[in-house]
Amino acid sequence: MGADTWTVAGRTFTSRLIVGTGKYKSFEQNAAAVAASGAEIVTVAVRRVNISDPGQPLLTDFIDPKTITYLPNTAGCFTAEEAIRTLRLAREAGGWELVKLEVLGEAKTLYPDMRETLRATETLVREGFQPMVYCVDDPIAARQLEEAGAVAIMPLGAPIGSGLGIQNRVTIRLIVEGAKVPVLVDAGVGTASDASVAMELGCDGVLMNTAIAEAKDPVMMARAMKLAVEAGRLAYLAGRMGQRRYADPSSPLAGLI
Amino acid sequence: MVHDGTISIRVNGDHRRVAAGTSVADLALALGLEPAKVAVERNLEIVPRSALAEVAVEDGDDYEIVTFVGGG
Repeated sequence: MGADTWTVAGRTFTSRLIVGTGKYKSFEQNAAAVAASGAEIVTVAVRRVNISDPGQPLLTDFIDPKTITYLPNTAGCFTAEEAIRTLRLAREAGGWELVKLEVLGEAKTLYPDMRETLRATETLVREGFQPMVYCVDDPIAARQLEEAGAVAIMPLGAPIGSGLGIQNRVTIRLIVEGAKVPVLVDAGVGTASDASVAMELGCDGVLMNTAIAEAKDPVMMARAMKLAVEAGRLAYLAGRMGQRRYADPSSPLAGLI
Repeated sequence: MVHDGTISIRVNGDHRRVAAGTSVADLALALGLEPAKVAVERNLEIVPRSALAEVAVEDGDDYEIVTFVGGG
């Protein structure tokens, strides 16, 4: 078997784990967690520069955008217009067309607003962006996003930051089966087994932030997630055994004394 | 414009006065920013990085200057 890679918008990656860069105690811890995770892509936010204290260290001083792909994200945007504006700025700041779109519907659940998300996807694609799109775990919405030009479908496993794990395996699996672009579970992973579940369902990758950043030892959890994603991927490729309702002995019955 | 040779602008929501004839690149440098590490929006339109030195700051301009920060 050759290298098990995945490709999004013409770029090929080996790691199937994408990690966020929010909520860390320090840039040093963040960089160490990214290294331990093996991630080749990190999500970043676009925010106003700190004019009152411009000498503050920058994320780019700790995580090199030349070696790690920065995926600008629109977290915190609640309308298509805000998200598009943010990504136009991101493109200017970094020069990247590959972006992550998320348009949220409400603060309480941070559930995506799919009407605004679809509208933003259409505009971004017209403007030459390659949006990887955060969405509900709905196979029809996923298909509509793909038709609109999304380069990857990123359904939530559970609400952002909840750590509840994959709540609806059936719909995630339906999205995987129906999509021609990569599918990555984005949001909801709490611990390593959740990441493995996503990969066992056939997802191309997993994106997480809080599960690593809020672990007691984020660097160790980053490594756990790396291994969990790899284990889940291998289990998916290996093809799991069928499930039975009753026992089936592993030792031969013939030759019993 | 008032007669002290300065103009009034907004940067990231805050009012500021800068010398008339300042370029957007000058403005960024005066704020202590490296133009290569930020993106600038002027009156809701992106100023391409290649044009930062050519675009003059005008009275009443509204700027958003952003960069990448940690996020999900």
